[in-house]
Amino acid sequence: MIIKEIEQVVVRFSGDSGDGMQLAGNIFSNVSAIVGNDICTFPDYPADIRAPQGTLTGVSGFQVHIGADRVLTPGDLCDVLVVMNPAALKTQHQFCKKRGIIIADIDSFTQKDLDKALFATDQPFEELGIRNEVIEAPISSMCKAALVDSDLDKKSILRCKNMFALGLVCWLFNRKLSLAEDMLRTKFAKKPTIAEANVKVLNAGYNYGANIHASVASTYKIESKSKKTKGLYTEINGNKATSYGLIAAAEKAAMQLYLGSYPITPATDILHELTKHKSLGIKTVQAEDEIAACASAVGAAFAGSLAVTTTSGPGVCLKSEAVNLAVIAELPLVIVDVQRGGPSTGLPTKSEQTDLLQVLYGRNGESPVPVIAATSPTNCFDAAFMACKIALEHMTPVFLLTDAYIANGSATWKLPNLEDYPAICPPYVTPDMADNWTPYLRNPKTDARYWALPGTEGFTHCLGGLEKSSETGAISTEPENHEKMTELRQSKIDKIVDCIPDLEVHGDATADLLVVGFGGTYGHLCSAVQEMNAAGKKVALAHFEFINPLPKNAAEVLRSYKKVVVAEQNMGQFATFLRTKVQDVHFYQFNQVKGQPFVIEELVEHFTKLMED
Amino acid sequence: MEENKYTIKDYKMGQPRWCPGCGDHGFLSSLHRAMVDLNVPPHEIAVISGIGCSSRLPYYMHTYAMHTIHGRAVAVATGVKVANPKLTVWQVSGDGDGLAIGGNHFIHAMRRNIDINMILLNNRIYGLTKGQYSPTSARGFVSKSSPFGTVEDPFRPAELCFGARGHFFARCVAVEIAATMDVLKAAAKHKGASVVEVLQNCVIFNNGIFDRLATKDARAKNALYLEQGKPMLFGENKEFGLQQDGFGLKVVKLGENGITEKDILVHDATCLDNTLHTKLALMEGPDFPVALGVIRDVEAPTYDAAVEQQIEDVKAKKKYHNFNELLLTNDTWEVK
Repeated sequence: MIIKEIEQVVVRFSGDSGDGMQLAGNIFSNVSAIVGNDICTFPDYPADIRAPQGTLTGVSGFQVHIGADRVLTPGDLCDVLVVMNPAALKTQHQFCKKRGIIIADIDSFTQKDLDKALFATDQPFEELGIRNEVIEAPISSMCKAALVDSDLDKKSILRCKNMFALGLVCWLFNRKLSLAEDMLRTKFAKKPTIAEANVKVLNAGYNYGANIHASVASTYKIESKSKKTKGLYTEINGNKATSYGLIAAAEKAAMQLYLGSYPITPATDILHELTKHKSLGIKTVQAEDEIAACASAVGAAFAGSLAVTTTSGPGVCLKSEAVNLAVIAELPLVIVDVQRGGPSTGLPTKSEQTDLLQVLYGRNGESPVPVIAATSPTNCFDAAFMACKIALEHMTPVFLLTDAYIANGSATWKLPNLEDYPAICPPYVTPDMADNWTPYLRNPKTDARYWALPGTEGFTHCLGGLEKSSETGAISTEPENHEKMTELRQSKIDKIVDCIPDLEVHGDATADLLVVGFGGTYGHLCSAVQEMNAAGKKVALAHFEFINPLPKNAAEVLRSYKKVVVAEQNMGQFATFLRTKVQDVHFYQFNQVKGQPFVIEELVEHFTKLMED
Repeated sequence: MEENKYTIKDYKMGQPRWCPGCGDHGFLSSLHRAMVDLNVPPHEIAVISGIGCSSRLPYYMHTYAMHTIHGRAVAVATGVKVANPKLTVWQVSGDGDGLAIGGNHFIHAMRRNIDINMILLNNRIYGLTKGQYSPTSARGFVSKSSPFGTVEDPFRPAELCFGARGHFFARCVAVEIAATMDVLKAAAKHKGASVVEVLQNCVIFNNGIFDRLATKDARAKNALYLEQGKPMLFGENKEFGLQQDGFGLKVVKLGENGITEKDILVHDATCLDNTLHTKLALMEGPDFPVALGVIRDVEAPTYDAAVEQQIEDVKAKKKYHNFNELLLTNDTWEVK
């Protein structure tokens, strides 16, 4: 059997949402990461918890992109597609490359299964016009055969079939099983019988491939070519990285971390993550609703915690009023918005960038709030850290935008060293200030007001939602004072520009076209630009992590290119915002709102055409 | 007893701007005085309000305070208390703030039993928006937003409190300083969510709503002052009392049908079963007196203390206590 060496591969596991595709995908990506490959993953969940078994709406997918060198996205289309039933075949074959391999559990292609997936004929592959190489493996029956001596019940035995598929994929890519076996034994540490059953089926899948050569011409190998820096690595998804960023910031600032939250897809995993780590003194309150979650965080901020609330778009709608209280009371607060498809309930499990204008402008009154948009699963860590730093040092609520795609997607991550991160120094009052202190006394450099925590003698004061005198902190309806306070609240945010990095441009410095993006689309945009550069096209990327305020050099960068196109997963919200900030640049737009990540091929095609026009 | 370290001046701030004759004045005075007796340093107190006439109260407190947003005072107060349980937290709302827009937070604060003192200033009207009916206005109540009378029934705060498994409920009349101070102090001493319903007049939009309890004489006739362990007697000469009657309560006269004080129901605010507390709280004229004082005061675990305890327990059990140690709980591999 020939072993072909390849640079990268995309594998997609798909099946019924009860088929354990996420686990199989996770193990495969972890095993690849451990041997030194770069990985990027994307789970594609159905919105239903358990749709009727075998139906089209119940299909769950997990895609992993494995590369010898750096990979930035989970890949457009897959090289190998695992389908555990006809419903998966029907919904997922569109994600498979024309020359990709399909591995199908042929035992699950009975007439009943075909009916559930609404096939008209008993020839599903022909019906869909599929011409791919198909490995028709009797996965279910082989799984049963492997566990014929097992004490497990029939249901538990069949639950191991995902491991057969994993074993087969491991054989196809020449992965040693020992790492996967270790992971299974760790995962099922409390259920050794289950662990061993899974290990057995995993091996059966591998051996099946090896014995029958699974009718493929060759197997593959991805050598690790990475020039990774020395150190410890792990795999992390965006929601976990966000949680870790918040924890790291609290530790750096020597503060208690408080999370007020209400469960909402796709943000809930941040609540799950933070609430596990009570040994770090983290306090999490699952509030009665989004409003209380945010309001309680405002209370916690008043009391001196690093206060955070996490949500998605619909939750931001409900939190707006309490966010505005933090705006006028000038209290630090971090609001994490893991964006999903909208409006209203929209596409809860899918990804979009459609909350940008909401977080920038969706509040009553003049209400400037800093906005940061994380660019990748691992960047969620740094972005969350910076959101906390800005909130605490500038006494303001800060919106951190992530999205379902980077929140659930994962990548390899070098464990950070907190010592490499900047200090976080909130503007606390000092005892010598007591005599002349008022609640709106400001640090002249940042315009942030000084922070007096309840419990501190000599600094009792009343904050509130009513406009206050800039001098005394008492209620004031004076016209001049209101205008002054409005300007101060704005200048405080504007001054944050001194604390954020300049905008960097990736790619050809003399480019004819500048691609502009923000947040979670970085991987796709960067890959598209790299691909075009490799083909000799003069194109560059300016990707924004800091939205409000924009980096100091943003206007200058945008003005230096002949053509500028803003590519975003909405109808042009960032382009709209940029037009208000940089009036003399014509912004072309590339917009998509399908709930799915960009497709690199489509980006390349569009940008190429734009350059030719 | 420890001597009071603070005087009323230490808790007072500014000049209240409520209408002359508003019940809020009396209540504010009772709160200041109760704080003197409770002897908690002003900087260790946080007073949190929502929106409405009574929610202006924090501006008149020389403590840490926040005048928040409509209906969310309890939610903000919850964050304050959980973040720093050492603070004594008072939350002040009117009937609109607490029971209409903030109704959800009210019941959940009760259910969680977080240790905050929840003051419900009930004048059965919206004053700040100039005279609309509130969720405690009686059916048929005529107001600017109900010119032909309301067609909905009111909440009775105690019912909501007990329905949400509340452990402390007391009632007072705003103009009666000493009795208000007593229930405020009892509320502060109770560990957990303590609701104090303060019946108050709105001179402008709902004048006379509590006339039956407005004066000392009226209260002598129409109110029952509850005392723990004492028979529930009322009337100008304490000539009436309460007895259980089947599933309900009845008013009896001492001396009639051979009834003596021994036959009168004895108040027990600490009874776990809240059935009789509910009955007491729901009594109203003309057939029954209005119950004032501490109606229910039952010990139960508090949310904020449980949050702290859980953190301590998990700290003792888990082996990672800082960010670096947390990082190493992940599956990692080394690039050499």
